[in-house]
Amino acid sequence: MTHYIVRRLLFAVPTLIAISFILFALLDLAPNDPTGQLPLTIPAEAREQIRESLGLGQPFHIRYARWMEQFFVNEPLNLIEQAFGIEIGDSESRLRVRSWATRSPVVDLIIERLPQTLWVVGLSYLIGILIAVPIGIVSAYRQYSWFDQLGTFVSMIGFSVPTFFTGLLAIIVFSVALQWLPSIYDTTHRVTDLASFWLQIKQMAMPVMVLALFNAAQISRFMRAAVLDNLTQDYVRTARAKGLRERVVLFIHVLRNSLIPVVTLIALGIPTVFGGAIITEKIFRVNGIGELLITAIQGADIPLVQTLSFLFAVLIVLFNLIADVLYGVLDPRIRYG
Amino acid sequence: MFGKCVIGLAIAALAVAMLSTSAQAERGSDGHLKILYWQAVSTVNPYLSGGTKDIEAASLVLEPLARYDDSGTMVPALAADIPTVENGGVAADLMSITWPLRQDIVWSDGTPFTAADVVFSAEYCLNEEMGCNPLSSFTDVTGVEAVDDHTVRIHFGVAKPFPYGPFVGSNAPILQKAQFENCAGARAQTCTAQNFGPIGTGPFKVDEFRANDVVIFSANENYREPGKPAFATVTFKGGGDATSAARAVLSTGEFDYAWNLQIEPEVLEQMVANGQGTLVAGFGTMVERLVVNQTDNDPDLGKDKRSLYLGGTNPHRFLSDPAVRHALSLAIDRQILVDFGYGAAGQVTCNVLPAPPVYASAANDACMTQNIEEANRILDEAGWLPGDDGVREKDGVRLSILYQTSTNSVRQGTQALIKQMWGQIGVETELRNIDAAVFFGGDPASSDTYMKFYADIQMYTNNFDGVDPEAYMANWMCSEIPGPENQWLGGNIARACNAEYDALAAEIAVTASLEERAAIARRMNDIIVQNQYIIPLIWRAKISAHANTLKGVRMNPWDSELWNIADWHR
Repeated sequence: MTHYIVRRLLFAVPTLIAISFILFALLDLAPNDPTGQLPLTIPAEAREQIRESLGLGQPFHIRYARWMEQFFVNEPLNLIEQAFGIEIGDSESRLRVRSWATRSPVVDLIIERLPQTLWVVGLSYLIGILIAVPIGIVSAYRQYSWFDQLGTFVSMIGFSVPTFFTGLLAIIVFSVALQWLPSIYDTTHRVTDLASFWLQIKQMAMPVMVLALFNAAQISRFMRAAVLDNLTQDYVRTARAKGLRERVVLFIHVLRNSLIPVVTLIALGIPTVFGGAIITEKIFRVNGIGELLITAIQGADIPLVQTLSFLFAVLIVLFNLIADVLYGVLDPRIRYG
Repeated sequence: MFGKCVIGLAIAALAVAMLSTSAQAERGSDGHLKILYWQAVSTVNPYLSGGTKDIEAASLVLEPLARYDDSGTMVPALAADIPTVENGGVAADLMSITWPLRQDIVWSDGTPFTAADVVFSAEYCLNEEMGCNPLSSFTDVTGVEAVDDHTVRIHFGVAKPFPYGPFVGSNAPILQKAQFENCAGARAQTCTAQNFGPIGTGPFKVDEFRANDVVIFSANENYREPGKPAFATVTFKGGGDATSAARAVLSTGEFDYAWNLQIEPEVLEQMVANGQGTLVAGFGTMVERLVVNQTDNDPDLGKDKRSLYLGGTNPHRFLSDPAVRHALSLAIDRQILVDFGYGAAGQVTCNVLPAPPVYASAANDACMTQNIEEANRILDEAGWLPGDDGVREKDGVRLSILYQTSTNSVRQGTQALIKQMWGQIGVETELRNIDAAVFFGGDPASSDTYMKFYADIQMYTNNFDGVDPEAYMANWMCSEIPGPENQWLGGNIARACNAEYDALAAEIAVTASLEERAAIARRMNDIIVQNQYIIPLIWRAKISAHANTLKGVRMNPWDSELWNIADWHR
């Protein structure tokens, strides 16, 4: 197993280098310009100076090499320094990946926004799973019952109605009409006592529920299919024939086996938690990673887009590996040589 | 009798005392103010950003020497007085301006504000390595010197009839030398702490800054006016979209002020009907216009010919005919465009220079009403006759227009309406829209930028900062036509070359009297619009909304719309 993991990790290195090159080249070739969003009142000469000051005057390969150095050497060193409060070498003059819009280090922006994304998107993922698994089990066990029909209906809605619609609908109902929940996420809010904790719950309620509906829809369908697959297996008949109670059959035998594909699916979905939910974050003004990414794309803030998308690539590669390993752990029949 | 009188006097005195206290409320007594900009603030240093959101957020903290009030009049901020030729502040040869500074100003950290700060701010921006956004405010500046601690003289390389470029208006305020000393040149990019929290002289100071999200300000206890600002803290939230920003002020009442609500007028009207807030509009110099290509843009032409001005040898196949341009302008019902896409945020205009009032020409008002018959008559007379499919043609050239603009729902709606209107005079129109970042981006390799102008007609808005149109009008000189020799960096996008116009541009550059300048500028405007090189459509306003509980808002199209935030109160 260790051998397998090490080999996979080594394979990941050339993959990631290739990804980083493609990302960098694609974004570099895109017809976009960091001064494009500036008002027309800024004359051409000033624009040229701004581009020069952003380092756009240099050729492609030098900028790529610099970015690689900044991303793989300088930024990790900085993180280590911050984590342990030590200083390695000349940290003052070390070049960092800087956002063009804010001129501040990209990694600082990401660290600032990660907690919000993990809270809102992570919680919605968790709630989605907690809703989806029981619904999936009951739907499969009582196939074609009214509960199954209802579950199918709700997950179809979750699947097919986009979050920009459910989000707006929730705002119109709960914020505009009923005035129960705030439509704008207060990112400076700090939880200090019970009242502020309640406010935090209130402001998280809508984005979390909108996303949870979407996640639950996907996972519950998967869960239902997996349970249905297993219910017809021979070992289930054997278990029943042994005289095991129906509860034991369902929750011990069937559930464990059905969870194998679902756990993999959940593991593969975790990178999207880190990636944030672009649309939902934008609608509720949650200052998460997804919101950061879309602002960067709209503002042609190339270093930020490059770094974020590369981080997503790293996470996807990593969680693919984790999912594969988990699969082996959960299903003893599968062994990697 | 005497006693009554005393009591009366006492009551009167008490009343006066109460009045004066209420007029001079305590600083910070109105609590918390919540402002919502749907574009989030990226930096609080306006020298590093041309974005309105960044400049206006910074205007709470940083102040210029003078600013424009809501009528476009210059008022002193950090300066003691506005220098003019009459009071001797502007040199008789127009080569320098001497600003007297207020002596009672301290920075929010308690240190005094001096001429050294002003000199430093100029050097900071003029350093070529820093990429200064408001560089155009410093055009022709050759040097800035501190005459004494509270007097600054700015020297120009040429005679400047309007010397109020540097340090007037919120885009080029004064930075504190002590804070930014080590941030000159290329290092400007790396001074994150300074750029995110500049020390200023304004009514507020930055408490916390989260890039692309929110800024928290609190009242500056060293602010020069006692009792101001009325608000103790300000949350300056960013992000989202204009519609939901309007909703947060007008429908849910979560915020006190929302900026730039350029949304469908009927949506806005519905929200205002809730009675929670009020719209405020300010008409500055923004004009949505059609720019008419005067050079041949035939796709079959190579890169070295297409849409290039070659000394007038390659006129556009049909847009070079004044009759066609005139007819296109006449066929447009501008009021419909306003009603459809702008509402309170737009007015019909026939001028490319609609304001300030002295500069607005009255000679072109005929275009305000649509006249299809006249347009058809002009085209018939010029020999453009309808072909089999109803599209006019002459000598094998069809009146078929490629009309492009940036991607934006109001612009696409306007395009569709104009296409229909032009259809009524036998002109065929193909519509195209391009993402704003590409269209307005200056990538010389892209063929989709508005500078390359490979289409026949394109639509966008332009305006100028401040109140003096000289630099703006100079955009349409022959020498400003974009092309490879200037990396497509010229302002004369229509590629129209007019000798009379160039002569007027040279004349305004050496004319000092305001009245004469205004007369020349109006004449220049008339040349542009009467020749229809540019077809003005809509005079656009800045439009924002504030909660009814927020008082003191005076919308300002000439400067930061938060220019008088020190006077805002509940």
